[in-house]
Amino acid sequence: MSDFVLKVNGAHLHVSAPAEESLLSVLRDRLNLTGTKYGCGEGQCAACTVLLDGEPARSCLTPVSAAAKANITTVEGLEQDAKLSPVQQAFVDEGAFQCGYCTSGMVLCATALLRETPHPTQEQIVTYMDGNLCRCGTYPRIVAAVQRASQSPAKAGGQ
Amino acid sequence: MNLRDPLRDELAQHTIDDKPYWFRLDRRNFLKLFGGGLLVCLTDVPTWAQESGRTFGSHELPKDIAAWLSIAADGRVTVFTGKVEVGQNIRTSLAQQVAEELRVPFDSITMLMGDTDLTPWDMGTFGSRTTPTMGPQLRTMAAAARQMLVEMAARRWNADPATLTAADAKVTGSQTGQSLTYGELTRGEKLMKTVSTNVALTPATDWKIAGTAVPKVNGRDFVTGKHQFPSDIVRPDMMFGKVLRPEGFNATLISLDTTKAEKMPGVTVVHDGNFIAVAAANLSTAEHALSALHATWNVPTQPSNKDLFASFKQSSKTQPEDGGPEHVSGSVPQAMATAAIQLHRQYTVQYIAHAPLEPRAAVAEWANGKLTVWTGTQRPFGVRDELMAAFHIPVEQVRVIQPDMGSGYGGKHTGEAAIEAARLAKATGKPVKIVWTREEEFTWAYFRPAGLIEIGSGANRDGTLVAWEHHNYNSGPAAIATPYSVANQLSQFHPANSPLRQGSYRALAATANNFARESHMDEMAHAVEMDPLEFRMKNLIDPRLRAVFQAAADKFNWGQSKSTPQRGFGIAGGNDKGGYVATCVEIEINPADKKIGIRHVVQAWESGAIVNPDGLRNQVAGAIVQGIGGAMFESIQFANGRILNPHFAQYRVPRFSDAPQIEIVLIDRKDLPSAGAGESGIIGLAPAVGNAIFAATGIRLRNMPMASLDIAPKETASMFQSDHGTTQESLAYESA
Ligand code: FES
Ligand code: FES
Repeated sequence: MSDFVLKVNGAHLHVSAPAEESLLSVLRDRLNLTGTKYGCGEGQCAACTVLLDGEPARSCLTPVSAAAKANITTVEGLEQDAKLSPVQQAFVDEGAFQCGYCTSGMVLCATALLRETPHPTQEQIVTYMDGNLCRCGTYPRIVAAVQRASQSPAKAGGQ
Repeated sequence: MNLRDPLRDELAQHTIDDKPYWFRLDRRNFLKLFGGGLLVCLTDVPTWAQESGRTFGSHELPKDIAAWLSIAADGRVTVFTGKVEVGQNIRTSLAQQVAEELRVPFDSITMLMGDTDLTPWDMGTFGSRTTPTMGPQLRTMAAAARQMLVEMAARRWNADPATLTAADAKVTGSQTGQSLTYGELTRGEKLMKTVSTNVALTPATDWKIAGTAVPKVNGRDFVTGKHQFPSDIVRPDMMFGKVLRPEGFNATLISLDTTKAEKMPGVTVVHDGNFIAVAAANLSTAEHALSALHATWNVPTQPSNKDLFASFKQSSKTQPEDGGPEHVSGSVPQAMATAAIQLHRQYTVQYIAHAPLEPRAAVAEWANGKLTVWTGTQRPFGVRDELMAAFHIPVEQVRVIQPDMGSGYGGKHTGEAAIEAARLAKATGKPVKIVWTREEEFTWAYFRPAGLIEIGSGANRDGTLVAWEHHNYNSGPAAIATPYSVANQLSQFHPANSPLRQGSYRALAATANNFARESHMDEMAHAVEMDPLEFRMKNLIDPRLRAVFQAAADKFNWGQSKSTPQRGFGIAGGNDKGGYVATCVEIEINPADKKIGIRHVVQAWESGAIVNPDGLRNQVAGAIVQGIGGAMFESIQFANGRILNPHFAQYRVPRFSDAPQIEIVLIDRKDLPSAGAGESGIIGLAPAVGNAIFAATGIRLRNMPMASLDIAPKETASMFQSDHGTTQESLAYESA
């Protein structure tokens, strides 16, 4: 067991965990931040996406020790003063979910994409998001939601 | 004619025969735990045997309004249903229907779903039955409640009920102008009234809330992470469990050494019957304890994908007669003998996995002898029965709660994780969470059945079908009868021995039967040298199916462009469970490497009066995307009791780059009852793609998945080339 102070959504959170434990497990099982999802634990679905200093990371493959110095953003941290981020709002407006289990990973990936490329083409969205699985097959609406967010006047980063 | 009961088919397909666990019944502990005196003897009759009767065994649906809805003093309406939300959007669409009949704003409704203590008994959420059965049930109760409220107001005002109107959550006297809100009328008291079924319902043509694109009711909670899925449930002092899985199916345990795991601090090891598992305060420790268990197994030699289809045919002969042909008219042999053109073809579908993004998960907690389990299941009451049987406890001592889950697609009818968590919680005395790994979900859940389908057909030179014979081995009887008008026909489902645990999957065998039938229709169209749409229409009377074919063809401009070696157009359609679908696709083939890409799909859909067009579009488009997987590349590879591709890296499912441009044409038949739409939208895609591939290449692909497994490891990919008499030329699939 090691002690960590994680910077999650702007807060400093103390946690003890084995250094090799996944960030996903630490967030979900030790910090009760269950918005980040387990889909495969193998880097294949991106349901577990979080942002580390703004970059998307698969938290299932990230040991907690590797995230200790980063600013960690989870889906719970996107809303500001009860206002959804542009990406979150666009997902709601497009109805870009069915069961919604992939949604937090999708929203975070899209947030990172729009920070890098504020006005992506459809092809850029598909390429960037191709690692994110939606078993309900909501892909076309998710692409539409990312496009909608990219046109939003507010900054897409949610910061 | 012997038409099957679709409900019976569904129930037969979702009954997973093998029990996951038999716990040794330690009678003394059992009595200690639950107190003496209350030994309820549970017979081991499978629940579906009771349910398959029209009366649902002892489960009479309650007839009093209070069981289905309540109106609080502040006017909030709570609706109770045993159906569950798995992404199909019924939390929204059912609430719309209640709001409509009750005449209240949509926002005033809260749906309480899938809680065995609080909602009326329900068989389960499957078979596209929510919209056609639960919809009218709740509408009836809501309409009766509205009448009752009007009568309550009439009594208070001493007025004639006929002079009062109910609207916007109030009853108003048309002459007096006085009004009372529903909350003021009920004062939160239960609405005690027994309701007969003949309550007048608002016709779809008058709908104001139902029939509109109300957004998903709790959509915000999914984008903020606030919604708690079953795997997100946290209880005070909760522990984490891990189950030791055998090395293969049907394995027997030879030896087990638990000493190392038992010595680990805070670890509980349970070995009860065939159940071996550990629990610890956190997941890491539970995983370490699991790997510290040393077990040796004997795994018997078992079949693989190779020889699968021949074995179905063989073993079907030893199965008890299943009632003979499903659908017979005329004489097929006679008509076949005189038909100018005859075709006999075999088609196959492989086992595929549902792979819901949220794997099986459960949190179980025992308190004062009562077991409460939060779990992801399509059948909370079915899981309650499983828990009662596994722990020998009466119904009052089990509660199953189903939070809206990370979907199921027919794959979560069973309660494995619930039983596992409950057994560990019983041993530790604390709540225990179990979340299956992806590999567990790919291995120990159940699969969509593989199947062999043989079709023989005969036609006259003018394109009139005169004979049709359809045999399905193992995959199932759903949508087995042809919707085309053929004077002489016979369809039969032949149950067979399945080497893998199999169960229901979105649309059941309608996908397999429709793939075979609509591919065969295409083959016959070419044989009689007719346009595939024209050939279908010539042999089709059903106006609803004709209408979707026409709508899809119109939108797609069917027939405007001719297929080329690089670009193929295909059409297919069908109907099942009250849903009518026709699908046109355009595929592109790369001349260099023969890779196929699905570029454009137009799908027309009709399922009666539309309750929520936005939710419906979402379902139909999702079914198309999901259908691409089974059509093109999904296939479970197995040998000797092991799954060889239990990871997303090896078992390819559709991704962003696989999704074509999709256009949905909805036909709203306000004159017809609403049918469910979560399933049958998947049945048109595969044959339409196969037909488009043929149009482009002249190669007929009769085996799903149709493209070679370009991601699976080489050995498993070659195993897929099974020797069942049909040849499948190799085409690869590429992402659009
Ligand atoms: S859970 Fe991390 S990629 Fe699937
Ligand atoms: S909405 Fe269900 S997995 Fe994406």
